[in-house]
Amino acid sequence: MRFAAHVEVRLRPGIADPESATIERALPALGFDDVHELATGRSFRFEVEAESAESARARAEELADRLLANPVMEDATVSVSEPVLG
Amino acid sequence: MAPRVGVVVFPGTNCEHDVASALALVGAEPTLLWHRDRSVGDADAVVVPGGFAHGDYLRAGALARFSPIMEAVSTFAAAGGSVVGICNGFQVLTEAGLLPGALQKNSTLRFMCAPVVVTVASDRSALTGGIPVGTELTLPVNNFDGSYVCDATVLDALRAEDRIVLRYADNPNGSIDDIAGICNEGRNVVGLMPHPERASSELIGSADGLVLLRSLLSVAVA
Repeated sequence: MRFAAHVEVRLRPGIADPESATIERALPALGFDDVHELATGRSFRFEVEAESAESARARAEELADRLLANPVMEDATVSVSEPVLG
Repeated sequence: MAPRVGVVVFPGTNCEHDVASALALVGAEPTLLWHRDRSVGDADAVVVPGGFAHGDYLRAGALARFSPIMEAVSTFAAAGGSVVGICNGFQVLTEAGLLPGALQKNSTLRFMCAPVVVTVASDRSALTGGIPVGTELTLPVNNFDGSYVCDATVLDALRAEDRIVLRYADNPNGSIDDIAGICNEGRNVVGLMPHPERASSELIGSADGLVLLRSLLSVAVA
């Protein structure tokens, strides 16, 4: 079976995030002065061949830890959906 | 015999010829090592030069560690061989786990291309051996992700073990503790963001990089 996985990578709390700070500073000029705590990140979507959702999730987490995120400065959130067709 | 230095070339590396010619200036015999090579040959030292290895896709240096040459570089380093990563090469060495920490975007959010003054903070490393602590060197930086970051445990270890080898005199990018270069526990693997090879002649602004490259050669063949 194939499971659709989604990995979201964000900078860890405490790691300077000048990109997000710069975007947030620009928001009031567009009238979005009600938006706070903006954070940028990266999103990865892929399919994992596995026997079960649990093992698909374990593989996706392993990939996130070993490559997609750098644990020195980033955290990864992994989610796995029901099996995809085909 | 001239010390032999292997210069690693990934797809996207762009400083290999500058490094090779600066090394030749100080009496080394440089050899380019392609990223698919599985051996560093008979090198006395290895340099991982700057550029954009594998396009810097995902993160700077993240994909380079899967190139076959990196296993050979790791084995060479584990045996005590001198390995220096410059700029993108520093990023490659952190991603490969040969050096701790990581390089993140400059706090200025600017690509920085300018000469900076760095101070030798340790005279016990493959790149700074024999250079008095406090020596000021003018070297160019040329990067977007040059801000060194690590957790408190690593920073404590770097300080306690005298492993911060170069510091910025005037921190240009938000690097923690003004770090411009560090070494591993064995002191034989060094990473630095400034480019010694681009400071190889007074004609181009500074010859201070040759001081570091000479030190690399003398430590490598000692």
